[in-house]
Amino acid sequence: MIKTFDVAAIRKDFPIFETGIAYLDSANTSQRPRQVTGAMLEYFEKFNSNIHRAAYRIAEEATVRYEATREKVRELINASSTKEVIYTRGTTEGINLVAYSWGRKHVKQGDLIVLTIIDHHSNIVPWQILAAEKGATIEYVDIDERGELRQDQFRKLLERSPKLVAFGQVSNALGTINPATEMVAAAKTAGATVLVDGAQGAPHQGVDVRALGCDFYAFSGHKMLGPTGAGILYGRRELLEAMDPFMSGGDMIKTVRVEGTTYHDLPWKFEAGTQAIAEVIGLGAAVDYLTALGMDAVRAHEREITEYAFEALSDIEGLTLYGPPPSRRAGVISFSIEGIHPHDLATIADRDQVCLRAGHHCAMPLMTRLGVAATARASFYVYTQKDEVDRLVGSIKEAQRIFA
Amino acid sequence: MSSTAADDQFYREYILDHYKNPRNFGRLENPDISHEEDNPLCGDVIGMDFRVKDGVIEDIRFHGRGCAISQASASLLTERLKGLRLEDAKKIGKADVLGELGIDISPARIKCALLSLKVLKVGAYGLAGNDEDEE
Ligand SMILES: Cc1ncc(COP(=O)(O)O)c(C=O)c1O
Repeated sequence: MIKTFDVAAIRKDFPIFETGIAYLDSANTSQRPRQVTGAMLEYFEKFNSNIHRAAYRIAEEATVRYEATREKVRELINASSTKEVIYTRGTTEGINLVAYSWGRKHVKQGDLIVLTIIDHHSNIVPWQILAAEKGATIEYVDIDERGELRQDQFRKLLERSPKLVAFGQVSNALGTINPATEMVAAAKTAGATVLVDGAQGAPHQGVDVRALGCDFYAFSGHKMLGPTGAGILYGRRELLEAMDPFMSGGDMIKTVRVEGTTYHDLPWKFEAGTQAIAEVIGLGAAVDYLTALGMDAVRAHEREITEYAFEALSDIEGLTLYGPPPSRRAGVISFSIEGIHPHDLATIADRDQVCLRAGHHCAMPLMTRLGVAATARASFYVYTQKDEVDRLVGSIKEAQRIFA
Repeated sequence: MSSTAADDQFYREYILDHYKNPRNFGRLENPDISHEEDNPLCGDVIGMDFRVKDGVIEDIRFHGRGCAISQASASLLTERLKGLRLEDAKKIGKADVLGELGIDISPARIKCALLSLKVLKVGAYGLAGNDEDEE
């Protein structure tokens, strides 16, 4: 039996809800519980110092706490070693790191890179830059009318032996849960290196990177109860070992002589300069929080809210829902309302203290594919309760009244 | 949730009217000037076509898609521009456009309100559009 949790009790850990907001934008960034801000505050107030560099007690404490997050994350994603867990600022930096350090070495003229039309800009633009620099080609896997990736087309593209395949585990714009394990397996069989954008996967679906079988997996702490400025890049060790550094400077070196430098071991080779210490410690507390809830329970809760919201929104006249049915999507619902621009809806919702995203969700190729400029998007997390969905429905009806 | 359309402080009757029945909406054939700008935040686009004769804006149309604020603001602006001398059109600024809208625009929506002015400035005058980005 899946364990469940008490949402009312969880909400007490999130002081922001005392402001009365209905927060329906967790796919953008999540809220952070006291446990996370508390861990960061403790660092600032009790052992604020730089890591890896000093021999005094508080610096040792800071280093231990900072490094402890690595083991927590390793366990969360089931990596084989903490050497495979690299701290970044977030998904964007993780993907750029791979595009730079792996891509520039391995992608050559005429190579094929396979992406998808539902990818986030951060999993498109770095590859476009790389492809332009190297003379490589990019192909995008299209979606079907349900907003799911066209697997037939994907398989066809794999026959052309792409050098790299990169896609999101879960779409931030449609909520589509991609069949990531099968896609990775097929891409690996075709000889490709595979990067999975886990920005919406790690927080909501959870991940076992070894079972998934990908080469790289990037995600952001701020979408999983952690602070901004701390994220993770997982990479298979042998690939990371063979890669050159991304940023260089202090901390990522073993020895520096005027005639040359030897790099530090993994994972520090990729962590140049003074790091986001408080943020990484905060991320560790976020992982503890999620682990205590249990990712299965997180998923179950989100699914319940998503089904509830899907039904409530389906009942509204003139509302178009984008993407797959609730059983095949994460806690994200994109929609539009006839005659009302998403921005206007968001403004009206905001007056009811309902935080709703309106825009292209950093997925302009997808918006173009859907033939819309923007959608409204509601997204959910561990603390979301049905009453927040009800308030959204109220705001939508209010907007329809104003625009009638 | 107490407001009604009539007394709404933001979505005033005339704004909704301009949104639903935009004035000078469409395209001109063989315009003397035609320019489009988009709002990178939301992907909305507004374009304007101008027919200019003897220094006077004889005819004008706008097209594109967007929220009530950007559409109403564009519609209002075309009404003001039609028949105006280019020299005088040049003097139209942010304050005029916001004043004409007559509502309190939050920082999040200011770009929507000023998108059509940007089209006017960049398109008709070749001024740097970036000026309009600053608040
Ligand atoms: C699917 C996906 N990929 C990448 C990102 C980028 O994450 P970040 O802005 O934290 O680097 C996001 C977040 O907006 C996302 O939803």
